[in-house]
Amino acid sequence: MAFSNDEVLAGLAELITDETGISADEVALEKSFTDDLDIDSISMMTIVVNAEEKFGVTIPDDEVKNLKTVGDAVTFITSNQA
Amino acid sequence: MSTPRIVVTGIGATSPIGGTAPESWSALLAGTSGAHTLDYEWVGQYDLPVTFAAEALVRPDTVLERPEARRLDPASQFALVAAREAWADAGTPDVEPERFGVDFATGIGGVWTLLDAWDTLRDKGPRRVMPMTVPMLMPNAAAAAVSMHLGARAYARTVASACASSTESIVNALEHLRLGLADVVIAGGTESAIHPITVASFASMQALSKRNDDPEHASRPYSVDRDGFVMGEGAAAVVLETEEHARARGAKIYAAVVGGGVTADSYHITAPEPEGLGASRAVRMALEAAGASVDDVTHINAHATSTPTGDIAEYKALLSVFGERVHEIPVSATKASTGHLLGGTGALEAIFTILALREGQAPPTINLTTQDPEIPLRVSGSPIPLGDGPQLAISNSFGFGGHNAVVAFASA
Repeated sequence: MAFSNDEVLAGLAELITDETGISADEVALEKSFTDDLDIDSISMMTIVVNAEEKFGVTIPDDEVKNLKTVGDAVTFITSNQA
Repeated sequence: MSTPRIVVTGIGATSPIGGTAPESWSALLAGTSGAHTLDYEWVGQYDLPVTFAAEALVRPDTVLERPEARRLDPASQFALVAAREAWADAGTPDVEPERFGVDFATGIGGVWTLLDAWDTLRDKGPRRVMPMTVPMLMPNAAAAAVSMHLGARAYARTVASACASSTESIVNALEHLRLGLADVVIAGGTESAIHPITVASFASMQALSKRNDDPEHASRPYSVDRDGFVMGEGAAAVVLETEEHARARGAKIYAAVVGGGVTADSYHITAPEPEGLGASRAVRMALEAAGASVDDVTHINAHATSTPTGDIAEYKALLSVFGERVHEIPVSATKASTGHLLGGTGALEAIFTILALREGQAPPTINLTTQDPEIPLRVSGSPIPLGDGPQLAISNSFGFGGHNAVVAFASA
């Protein structure tokens, strides 16, 4: 089963809210995890691990540093679904 | 430089009998028990020999915001709740962060976090083990959380001396303040260890009461038929401050912390030294540090966990220090109501001691059916008036490992 871009964005927003308390409304494709959402490296890894489970994908540690924006993560997840 | 006098300006607690310090105190005076049958699947699943405990009345994750709670083990959550209450009660003192310290203890640390992560590792593999696992389970996590959330930069320290932990933290805080290294310290302790592993372990060493059919009356210090302690959980915190700093800001002063004593038995890993030698040395040290004599003591909050050997060893220690006069001093064994909060217990009992001095009454010791004739201390199921005049009280805590800690408070 493949998730659409919108479904991945909504799912990520849920994980981000859960981890940081940031309102889901603030989570948009162009937002930077560090500069806009103020997410630290530990929260980022927590979100990554939870996203892997939620979307059934593997996000290699080396890849995480390339995920600058929410859009980067959505693109990576949708294009690497099993 | 003269040694500064140290006072208590704030109290906070989240315990099995109340979500705050004043609520816990009121429930204590009313003779409430915090123990009840545990309503968890794991109790039956593992067929635990003990099926009850004194759980905290208010779950900390219902008080904290979710993002801050999810990065903290329940032990640190309790700590933060109690510390914030104490800090607010002290009037959120205006203090230089570099002159504000934290001494926050735990007996066991983040046992829930550790064992949940172990389950995750076995069920789902290493990738699913959360990055916050170690910082959440480390024993200093509570002290770190309090330091970060309240802006304390003088120091943040964790003592781990089992059930003596948070009394030792208060003693350490007192000494730090007396050395002039801080103006304000928040000191306390926490525990959240009502877990099948700890219940099984304590039960297996025959330390827990097995009155599964009567949890509310299971913790019965000094009763002739006492059969062990009742596990509790929660946290308590006090704000300690130099009197000069407190007076300058017009703070409310509950009591003075006048002395502390810490010793080790070097005898047995779990059994108390039977004559209470280490315990009596700690009491004498605390009184000496207070510049007080044994005749000045007007109230004792005993460690009294309701174990057959522990209660008698403490009595022998008290008898050796105070002589026959010990039978006239109003004593409270408040674990009868709260159960045993392990690393949190000393700080909770310190608060009860402070409030006893302030209100002039020793809180009741419930569940005294037939008092053990070998422990003829002055305890009662009702509050005991402390009488007029200056008050000096000690609160005792002893821990597995042979740790003994005693702190002395004087009426303000």
